[in-house]
Amino acid sequence: MALTKFNYNSFDLTTAASKGLAFNSSANGFETSSAGSMTLIKTLTASSSSTLSFVDGSSSVVLDNTYPVYVFKFINIHGATKHAHFTFNMSTDSGSNYNVTKTTTYFHAANNEGDSATEVAYQTPSDLAQSTDFHRLTNFLNIQNDGSCSGTLTLFNPSSTTFVKHFISTSNSMSYTSDPYSLNPFTAGYGNTTSTVDAIQFKMSSGNIDAGTIKLYGIKDS
Amino acid sequence: MALNKLKFNSLNVTPTAGKTVGFNSDADGLEATFSGGAMTFIKKLTASSSSTLSFVDGSSSVVLDNTYKEYLFIFKDIHPGTNSVFFEFNLSIDSGSNYNVTKTSTAFRAYHAENDSGSALSYITDYDLAQSTSGQVLQSTNLGAGNDECFTGFIHLFNPSSTTFVKHYMAETSISADNDGANHFFTAGYGNTTSAVDAIQFKMNSGNIESGTITLYGIN
Repeated sequence: MALTKFNYNSFDLTTAASKGLAFNSSANGFETSSAGSMTLIKTLTASSSSTLSFVDGSSSVVLDNTYPVYVFKFINIHGATKHAHFTFNMSTDSGSNYNVTKTTTYFHAANNEGDSATEVAYQTPSDLAQSTDFHRLTNFLNIQNDGSCSGTLTLFNPSSTTFVKHFISTSNSMSYTSDPYSLNPFTAGYGNTTSTVDAIQFKMSSGNIDAGTIKLYGIKDS
Repeated sequence: MALNKLKFNSLNVTPTAGKTVGFNSDADGLEATFSGGAMTFIKKLTASSSSTLSFVDGSSSVVLDNTYKEYLFIFKDIHPGTNSVFFEFNLSIDSGSNYNVTKTSTAFRAYHAENDSGSALSYITDYDLAQSTSGQVLQSTNLGAGNDECFTGFIHLFNPSSTTFVKHYMAETSISADNDGANHFFTAGYGNTTSAVDAIQFKMNSGNIESGTITLYGIN
């Protein structure tokens, strides 16, 4: 039996490049549709991993001028070593070295489970001043079975060859052990380089990332 | 020759307003549940020695009405034309004829000098507003105009078309300061009006926006 195949021009609407096919707002005709502005690029899942790296052009990762803004979401990051910090760094050489010079700020809100200690305070040990070290996204992770951290890291225009590379991160963690805290860190800063940043690496300050997921999204601006 | 085009009701699926046609989860049928995502690009403005950048509902393909309950503006690599200036915004209820909505807001920031000479978290009374029609500053320190210095961040504007409630906004930015340091700035507040806000304008308090982009998204 011969099959009739329908082609792009078989439908009753004007075609448009890179658009989808949708019903219109009255559900009585077709219209083109956009895919949305936030695109999932890559998911990495930790399994006793020493590092999790997103390298442009490797393993389907896009981290170039395709998108002006990238968002990483880290979900239930569980450390293997007590009170290690969850950290990240940037690379300008496709991941050969993660050592971009950074200046950053870091403050947090904190409250312990015993409700005996609260604060909103700047955390000098967690910031960087023209340092190539990995930057802390949160501190002193609790590694009991239910302890983890989750949050977002937004990276602006990593492919620029003109400007420094700004980032902003907010997260929440279950931290410390004997009397756990809810830590809510806010950190931002810039990779002080005009070279293209083409890779990002996440790791614990000590030991492995026992479990957890990091998702990379691209935010379109057209 | 007349062409027979497939109509909306030619497919073996119930048409649903605004939904995309996709394959079902078993890949053995069509469904109309696949939409384009909850974050929709609306408009990008690119500065080129611009005195202002304005988003006006109904103008130049801008949507800033009751289509979305939340709007998100993302600033990318905003670079001033002159050193030591401030980036700010204001709201309009008359399609951009006047940007002078009364606002009350909070402002605080963390900073850290590149030479490690200082760092702090503090409330900034200079940059909050109390029933003021002035522009809302979006940074905690003078912007640097060095070639590699810029400003990034985002502002959420909630339900601007409401004729019942004030117009809340929340902004978070990261700044390269003119005195060489990182600044992380937060401001939130409300346009104290029950009129629909239908335009928003960004500018430097002095001089032009030399370069950079501001992109507007609607959030479903």
